[in-house]
Order: sequence, then structure tokens, then C-alpha cells
Amino acid sequence: MMRWLALAMLLALALPGPAWAIADPSEALANPAEEARAVRIGEQLRCLVCQNESIEDSGADLARDLRHIVRQQVAAGRSDRQIIAWMVARYGNFVRLSPPFTWLTALLWGSPLIALLAGGAAIVFRGRPPPPPAPLSDEERARLQSLLGA
Amino acid sequence: MIIDRRALLMAPLGAAAVAGLGFLIVLQRMQAGKFDPRGVPTMLIGKHVPPFELPGITAGGFSSDDLLHAGRPVLVNFWASWCAPCREEHPELMKLKASGVPVWGIAYKDTLIDARRFLAENGDPFQRSARDDPGRVAIDWGITGVPESFVVDAQGIVRWHMAGPLTPAIVSQQLMPAMARAVS
Repeated sequence: MMRWLALAMLLALALPGPAWAIADPSEALANPAEEARAVRIGEQLRCLVCQNESIEDSGADLARDLRHIVRQQVAAGRSDRQIIAWMVARYGNFVRLSPPFTWLTALLWGSPLIALLAGGAAIVFRGRPPPPPAPLSDEERARLQSLLGA
Repeated sequence: MIIDRRALLMAPLGAAAVAGLGFLIVLQRMQAGKFDPRGVPTMLIGKHVPPFELPGITAGGFSSDDLLHAGRPVLVNFWASWCAPCREEHPELMKLKASGVPVWGIAYKDTLIDARRFLAENGDPFQRSARDDPGRVAIDWGITGVPESFVVDAQGIVRWHMAGPLTPAIVSQQLMPAMARAVS
């Protein structure tokens, strides 16, 4: 009985716990729909301190302040687009984890298409396989026979 | 059309050479201090400073209106007593004060006591001081950390920006020319 209990406890420990966000639960908006929208917006915004994390994932002070601002604006009824524009006005497009399509990012967004075209071109221009070798002459056939010891 | 096999082999080599040249340029620019891969470009260059009003540290604080009425270019410096690079930069600010450059300081996320103690211990380079304890005004300025410095001209327009500590080289090669340009 004790063994089963110990095993059960071990299993319970091994199970993945709830994925706590870094955010303090007291930061969250009371309205779950609004909170979900705030999280969706925050996930698109770069933490300017630890630059490869979104502000939702980052533990930096600045990220916490920005999360708070996103939630204030969500609660005030501002649209996703307005909130992201507010951030871009202060930190530039760099704050967006998904950069918008501009002439500066054209190469970035176009690179899959360019790779596809280059690959396609390589296939088209690879050229035909070399022609099959000419059939053996009588002399060659005779030599082959002698080599094979027939 | 048939592409030579040798040409096909050279293509990856050529691509690697181009990439290598790119890396070389980036590294050289980083070494010369012209490029910071982690630097966040400021949105304020050529724009008016965002409107704000902040309380002071030893005397009254200042507002964006005060910057507009300064009548000459001002170096605005965001700093904090808890920030190590700010300590490193401090002698440069003291030298700027000695050479007559008006430096206005904004203490970022600092307590009144800590900010006062820092200025008492290390000297006060600031013509005017303000404190942004919630860090909300700093976000309007697009601050990502301290120290950060801005040259604001007499019209209240931001002319130069530096994220990170001021060094003697940056002061002489970038800041002073930017201050001179801001006057004209």
C-alpha cells in the first residue's frame, strides 16, 4: 500500500505542473476575455531588454510596465491596432516581433519566394542528363568476351 | 541552357564569400562603435520631446515646457543610482558640466533618498534634476534602459541620441558636434 502511495506521489510530481506565466496573477485583468486579448497583444510585442522574448514572457521591469500599459489600454477599449501603434510610436517597428511588410523588410519577407524561384530555376536549367553511351563496336564486344573469359 | 558544373560548385563558395564580407563589415562597424546590434533605434530624432512634467530631486523638477524655454540646446540624461554604467559615465557628465554644457538629469525608477545620496557622493552634474519613479515618462521617450542621453535643441526637437554610457570618445566625436549642430 505504502509503495503504491509513494509511486502515485512520484507520478504526481513528474506530471507537468500548470504553466505559470511570469506575470504576477495580480497583473491580470479581471475580465478573462480582455485578459486573453491583452496576452495576444503582448505576445506580439518584443521586450526591449531581453530582446528575443515577448513582453508576456519576459521578467524584465520594463516588460512588466509595458504589460501593464497594454492592459490599461485594453480595459479602456482601445483596439489591438491602436495599442500596437502606441508601442511602435515609442519604440519603432523593432517592438513588433512580426515585422510589417515595408521596403526595408521586403527582402526578409520575400526570401522564401526567392529561394523557391532559385530552386525552380536550378531544376529547369540543370540541363538534360548526358546521352547514353554509344553501343559497343564488334571489336569492343570481342574484347569484352575475352576479358570475361567466355 | 546548360550550366557548367564547375560554375554550380562555385555558387555556394561565392555565397559564403559575400556573407563573410558582410560579417566583416558588421564586425568592423561594431568595433568602431558605429553599430550596436542590440541597440534600439530611437523614434525621437527630429521630433519634439514628448510632453511630461516630473517632480524634482533636490529642488523643483522640470517639464517638457521648461526644455522648450531653455533657450539653448540641452543634454537630457536618464540615469539611476542603481545602474552601474551610470557610475561609469558620471565623470563624463561632471566634465560636461565643467565645460558649461547644460545637462538635465532624469532619475529613472529611483527613490528620492538613493538619488540624493548618489548625487551627494559622486557630485551633481545636473543643471536641473527630475525623477521618473514609475518610469512612465521614460517609456514615452522610448527608453529601454539607463543610461540614455538625448540632445534637445532650443526648439525642443531631439537631435542626437545615445543608449548606453557616454565615453570620452563618444563625447568628443559625437556629442559635442551634435550640440554644436543643435545651436545653428
